[in-house]
Amino acid sequence: MRRLLLSLTALSLVALAGCATEPWVKPYEREKLADPVMQWSRFSLPDKHREHIHSIREGARGATGVQGGGCGCN
Amino acid sequence: MRLPRVLIWLRRRWRGLAAVALAAPAATTGAIAATLPEDRSELMFHSYDGGGVKATGPAVLVRKSLASRVSLSAGVYVDAVSNASIDVVTTASPFKETRNAYDLGAEFLVRDNIVSLGFNHSKEPDYVAQTASVDVSQEVFGGMTTVALGFSRAADKVGQRNTPGFFDKATHWQYRVGVTQILSPRWLASANFEIVADDGYLGSPYRAARVFGAAVPERNPRTRTGRAIKLRTIHETGALWSGSSLRAEYRYYWDTWAIKSSTWEIGGAKRFGERWIVDASVRGHSQDKALFFFDNAQAETTYVSRNRQLSTFTTTSFSAKASYEVRGLLPTGYEMKVAGVYELKRFRFKDFTDVRTGAPYRYDATVLQVLVSIAY
Repeated sequence: MRRLLLSLTALSLVALAGCATEPWVKPYEREKLADPVMQWSRFSLPDKHREHIHSIREGARGATGVQGGGCGCN
Repeated sequence: MRLPRVLIWLRRRWRGLAAVALAAPAATTGAIAATLPEDRSELMFHSYDGGGVKATGPAVLVRKSLASRVSLSAGVYVDAVSNASIDVVTTASPFKETRNAYDLGAEFLVRDNIVSLGFNHSKEPDYVAQTASVDVSQEVFGGMTTVALGFSRAADKVGQRNTPGFFDKATHWQYRVGVTQILSPRWLASANFEIVADDGYLGSPYRAARVFGAAVPERNPRTRTGRAIKLRTIHETGALWSGSSLRAEYRYYWDTWAIKSSTWEIGGAKRFGERWIVDASVRGHSQDKALFFFDNAQAETTYVSRNRQLSTFTTTSFSAKASYEVRGLLPTGYEMKVAGVYELKRFRFKDFTDVRTGAPYRYDATVLQVLVSIAY
């Protein structure tokens, strides 16, 4: 009986997948998001340099989206 | 009670059906949309001048993809530093040194995933740092959502000028997770969380603390764990001003040294014609001091530091950037852009005094970046 219930639950999940929330922005509606003015970062080196300055001149670190190395900068 | 034949069949195959049920949502929403970054090379000249510190130099980045599945990158960054900061001029003599940093990266496109491997080596006469990182990002929900995880480990060797070899070391770990979500055809938002953990020598052999008015070597804890959460959003505002966007971000940071900080930034970008893009932004940062920071300690404590980066201060920055697409100079298939960035940063310290004047320390710094970028 337990296995029967599990089988029915699995089948329900498969059926309900068709009723799940669909992406509300279709691929053909995303052209504005590809505009250069909509990029978080257009050039890598200036952003990396800027985050380097922040990390050594201020006491806070992290969550910048830029990975880099350390230094003995003081 | 004897079950109908169809239910007997289902009861025997429930494991296989469960596997299909879990896979079905991904199958209905997965259209492969992840792409590698475009091939490009960047050459930049950077300059920082403020608080008696001048750091200038070139930086180069080259990126090339292979068979549309792997993108390789390599970069070099040079800092020629002339240091006459307030710590240096009040306790020692100005000095000059050069730091060279090398970056290698590889990004792999695997179905909807991008796996990034990175390695950084930074070397200056008294400090060597090596960092290895791995990041994985996946587009889900029909490309509407990007989930990213990352890990970095850095190993540093700490030395001192005029002393051969290295006297100590430091290790750093970073764990990060982020989500980017398309909210509308004109609106993106993201949330990032990162933990930064440090172990080892976390101070400077050149910096002195002040206890009862006398200079003593600073004493820092040998561990530090910080957490940062950052929310940011960007919205296309072409309806108000053609070809423009607005963005805002906020980061909150807190760590085991009792530092708490808030950083916010608001900016916008605008296209002028087909070739010009101009950006402007304002950034504010404010932080509380570390538990063991004292401008002039009036008691003996286990840890004591007069590092102004750990004090209570605010930074206000104003930044402007302009980029221009150059045409006709390179063959078809190459896209060349030049860009210039100027930033003014105002540091205002509340509990770190300028011992030369007795007033709270303050200084302005200017950042200049000039860049040539070629995509191919």
